[in-house]
Amino acid sequence: MASAVPRAAKRLRLTNTPGYVCTDCRRAFAASTQPRLQQQPPPQPPPSQHVGQTAKTTHFGFETVAEELKASKVRTVFSSVASSYDTMNDLMSLGIHRLWKDHFVRSLNPGIRPTPPPPRPPPPPPQSQRILDIAGGTGDIAFRLLDHATTTNRDPHTSVLISDINPQMLAEGRKRCLSTPYHATNRVSFLEANAEDLSAIESSSIDLYTVAFGIRNFTHKATALREAYRVLKPGGVFACLEFTPNLANPVLNALYKRWSFGAIPLIGQLVAGDRESYQYLVESIEKFPSQREFAAMVRETGFLVPGDAEGGGWEDLSMGIAAVHKGVKPV
Amino acid sequence: MLPPTPARSAQQLFRRLLALPPPLRQRTFSILNRPPPNYSGHVPLTITERAGLAVGSAFGSLSNPYRHDLIAALGEATSKPYFITRLRHAMLKDPTGRRILSDKPRISSQTMKLEDLRKMPENSVGRAYAAWLDREGVTPDTRDQVRYIDDPEEAYVMQRYRETHDFTHAITGLPVIIEGELAIKAFEFANTVLPMTALSLFAIVRLKSEERKRFFEVYAPWAVANGLKAEEVVNVYWEEELETDVDVLRTRLGISKPPDLREIRKVLREERRAEREARRAREDLGAAGGV
Repeated sequence: MASAVPRAAKRLRLTNTPGYVCTDCRRAFAASTQPRLQQQPPPQPPPSQHVGQTAKTTHFGFETVAEELKASKVRTVFSSVASSYDTMNDLMSLGIHRLWKDHFVRSLNPGIRPTPPPPRPPPPPPQSQRILDIAGGTGDIAFRLLDHATTTNRDPHTSVLISDINPQMLAEGRKRCLSTPYHATNRVSFLEANAEDLSAIESSSIDLYTVAFGIRNFTHKATALREAYRVLKPGGVFACLEFTPNLANPVLNALYKRWSFGAIPLIGQLVAGDRESYQYLVESIEKFPSQREFAAMVRETGFLVPGDAEGGGWEDLSMGIAAVHKGVKPV
Repeated sequence: MLPPTPARSAQQLFRRLLALPPPLRQRTFSILNRPPPNYSGHVPLTITERAGLAVGSAFGSLSNPYRHDLIAALGEATSKPYFITRLRHAMLKDPTGRRILSDKPRISSQTMKLEDLRKMPENSVGRAYAAWLDREGVTPDTRDQVRYIDDPEEAYVMQRYRETHDFTHAITGLPVIIEGELAIKAFEFANTVLPMTALSLFAIVRLKSEERKRFFEVYAPWAVANGLKAEEVVNVYWEEELETDVDVLRTRLGISKPPDLREIRKVLREERRAEREARRAREDLGAAGGV
């Protein structure tokens, strides 16, 4: 029946949920038995229908939505960009995101460099660092962390738990894991969870908690920070890499804003056929707190953050387009 | 009358500039403070953005003709200032067009039920439409929504043109392959004068030389001749014409049916296959004979 299974391959179907993604060419093939819809914007119930007078709202980009809807809307955005996530990042940051991620991982220096055992007492048991990478579905940061630990610090025991709210991003991560040397080891594991509720992870069990370009999508950042505090061991490190809402230089900031709101959704439309997701992404950057405010939030959660209220608690990258925030759980 | 001082004449000039109709005034918003949307899904674009969208979607759809969302965006980006307004006025001049604009019917798989269309009388428009959809294996699926045209009624005109494109296919019998689509686009350019239809003819470079020859000899002359002499196809109230006989409708509109492209291609394919087999048979015979 033509209406149940639209067959014509000549009509493009930009699927939201690719049934299978070829990792070599990143082309998505949708399952032939799935009825496929034309490219449609993610379903957006108008707030007035679903939000009562007393219901709490939050921002989804510049839209105001009920709090309980934000997580599913974020999930929808990332389902539609999962297979072209790298393209999206390359377009939004002109490829510089790779440099940022490399710098982020290098400055964290994961892995315990082996020391020669003491001559008479028996050598201590091998220590292993446990890293939790939040919102790290495709594994960008996780594999970099493992590579650094294994290659630079010669530590074969470090393990990473990749957690993401979106199953398509995790599936993409699993596929990419297959082409790394870690797929046959037990050093990579995956967990589908909301960063605000990591009850599947026991308290004080993580050495390093990283979140790269994920925290601006969380509904309640403070809750996610508290969960980070809970799961980290005393002495554990919290590290966050995220876009900032404003650059330091006002002239560059004016240009940057026009690039973000004009060119990026347009490029998203031309390359990925999805203007709405890219529009959401630039709006979510705009809504993120400034470096000073976010460093204060990290400090309030209980982490030890270098510097003070004036500055020094974060590191700006590329003139302030992105920033790295770090904190240590007190011992 | 006071003598015109420089300040007064500047003021008068300013007032006269402001009195110009909106399309001729400089756009007053920037990327960072867009006006509120005029209809659901509307995205107001600045001139630079529209130019970027036009150029980007032109090259994008040329390199990947299956990206029909880019073809749609190209249509919307290039339809202002003059062309979509002209099309809307063409609808307003015609009584049926005016009714379409006041009813604003939409075509989708919900409003066009294929099961009912297949039961329509033989050689009716509805039956021909359903038969064409089945033959090509497509559905009256929801087309991309118009987003980049500012006036809501002009946006509807563009949406209507997009949704009735398949009906044009059905009454001319042209298939969905690129050759057929180019013939339809040439016809639509002659009929609606939308720039996107002319720009999509650049895809001729993607045709094989034999197809290109056929296009220039047969289908382009047909498209131009029929598009120019036919009535505006956008003024056809398709929902009311479903039971009309196709030949009657074609005569009323002034369109003649072009040669069946799929038949021509099938015949040529079979001729070529027969030729190849004959050649292979001769070679085998020669080999067996020890030549």
